[in-house]
Amino acid sequence: MNNNFKIADRTFTSRLFMGTGKFGSGEEMKNAIIASESELVTVALKRIDQETNTDEILVHLRQPHIQLLPNTSGARTASEAVLAAELAREAMETNWLKLEIHPDPRYLMPDPIETLIACEQLAKKGFIILPYIHADPVLCKRLEDVGTAAVMPLGSPIGSNSGLKTIDFLKIIIEQSQVPVIIDAGIGSPSDAAKAMEIGSDAVLVNTAIATSTNPTKAAHAFKIAVQAGRMAYEAGLPAEQLAAKASSPLTAFLTDI
Amino acid sequence: MKSFKAIFEGYDWDSVKTQIAAVTQHDVERALSKEKLDIKDFITLISKAAKPFIEKMAKRSQRITQQRFGKNIQLYAPLYLSNECQNICTYCGFSMDNEIPRRTLSKAEIILEAQAVRKMGFQHVLLVAGEANKTVGTPYFLEAVRQIESIFPQISIEVQPLETEDYRQLHQSKVNAVLVYQETYHKEVYKNYHPKGKKSNFNYRLETPDRVGRSGMHKIGLGVLLGLEDWRVDSFFNALHIDYLQKTYWKTKYSVSFPRLRPAEGVQKPNFHMEDADLLQLICAYRIWNPDLEISLSTREHELFRDNLIHLGITSMSAASKTNPGGYVVEPQSLEQFEISDERPVSIIVDKIRAQGYQPVWKDWHPEYTSEKEKD
Repeated sequence: MNNNFKIADRTFTSRLFMGTGKFGSGEEMKNAIIASESELVTVALKRIDQETNTDEILVHLRQPHIQLLPNTSGARTASEAVLAAELAREAMETNWLKLEIHPDPRYLMPDPIETLIACEQLAKKGFIILPYIHADPVLCKRLEDVGTAAVMPLGSPIGSNSGLKTIDFLKIIIEQSQVPVIIDAGIGSPSDAAKAMEIGSDAVLVNTAIATSTNPTKAAHAFKIAVQAGRMAYEAGLPAEQLAAKASSPLTAFLTDI
Repeated sequence: MKSFKAIFEGYDWDSVKTQIAAVTQHDVERALSKEKLDIKDFITLISKAAKPFIEKMAKRSQRITQQRFGKNIQLYAPLYLSNECQNICTYCGFSMDNEIPRRTLSKAEIILEAQAVRKMGFQHVLLVAGEANKTVGTPYFLEAVRQIESIFPQISIEVQPLETEDYRQLHQSKVNAVLVYQETYHKEVYKNYHPKGKKSNFNYRLETPDRVGRSGMHKIGLGVLLGLEDWRVDSFFNALHIDYLQKTYWKTKYSVSFPRLRPAEGVQKPNFHMEDADLLQLICAYRIWNPDLEISLSTREHELFRDNLIHLGITSMSAASKTNPGGYVVEPQSLEQFEISDERPVSIIVDKIRAQGYQPVWKDWHPEYTSEKEKD
């Protein structure tokens, strides 16, 4: 079974993507990433310290098997995000970008209007864009139209560990999308991650649930297995959930007697 | 124009005090059983009746903080620009009636101090000044920011209340946050503590966070001077203020600080004593009520308290602070605004943070996020 998938021109073996915030130390983050076997890791530009070479985050991430995904967390508007994207491209030497525009600092709700504007501009500048957005099927198609490399709809509010509250919309997005769908935000447990994979998302991004667990390395390992299991189940083609037991004598059996 | 004043005037000090005193343990249990707490629940959590629940509150505060902010503690240091002041404040070492040598740092001195702060590792600096509008006003602050913007990615200010246009200019010049404390919301006695100077105008100060909010500033820090008046009542008003601001200027982040009155040259003693357990209760109450609030703890607090608070709800700490202009290198002997309590060097603070399994965060801002003109 070939479990690989592609975003832009890069092939990924692991479908578990990771965030780098909230860890108790750089070492703890590194060990969790190793255990997750993740190949795509997002890091906030605002946390990157370019001057001193003692950056606790980047020093652990500069490895050939890891695709760095700088994010624009902190940007409130499209123009701030575009400027941040250009700085991130320079600082982290990659044109991959997790586009995050959340003017609301409390719940970090993405601004769909500014995100679409920024995505259009950044695509023209050659960025490989993965936008963090609401689970809005129309927005996903609009982003696809302007050249996004993937879409990252949220499962529930970021950091909430509430699971896939948006599941009905996620299913529509997965059904319609021509770019990879990565469920980002809200995934609180390995069973949430497995569910996300079972419904056919291409990957998930997990941060809070791993970073704030008592044992991040073990949690990362658990998520890895869950993502693999969920994907395998999706590929196996699970039978649909049955709400009622099947009647043993079919209601339409009389038709054969006519 | 819409401001907090209208909401504030709907309350009076004594009724709030009575309301806090009437809270029962049953009320506390009910508040703590809720998933989302409102401002009425905040009253419950700061009451005396909530005292026996401190362990439960601390556990919840820790959990919420880790979920929202992770195991991270942001570090910053104050840089005092000037101790010139035309206000009389009965609790402050810089009060105009104190006969101390006055000093305002020159451009060259600001750079020297900034480099010293940066050398300790800090990338977030808090610029502080007394109120001397003619010599230390917005043009001076803009110039100060220009001197240090290449040294610090994150610059906050704690200076006299200014106009919206001043805040707009400061924000465009890459100031990220404005801290302004009401000191006390007890309007009737406010004037006794601030008998002279522009600061004696209670309402102008009360509406300052509104003016900051209108400027599009990224963060506003509030607080009350704990020890002036009944901390429970003052903290209710402070929370009410934050609640209003969060709904009105919803793109702005909010932080709260807990300046407990400290001894200073020529100043009176606190009217109200606040125990360590009270301050912990207050911090946990803020956190449980408002999971997104940044909570800062300065070197006013003593070592043991600070070390233990790292994992109980706070999100940022200052370290190795000097509260006198030139205190780091230019003129270390000059008089301080207040005596700090935790005098340990930065390396020790960093070790204490790490020992609790937390990560010290030096940089969490990119100045380009404040470079844009805010759309009105």
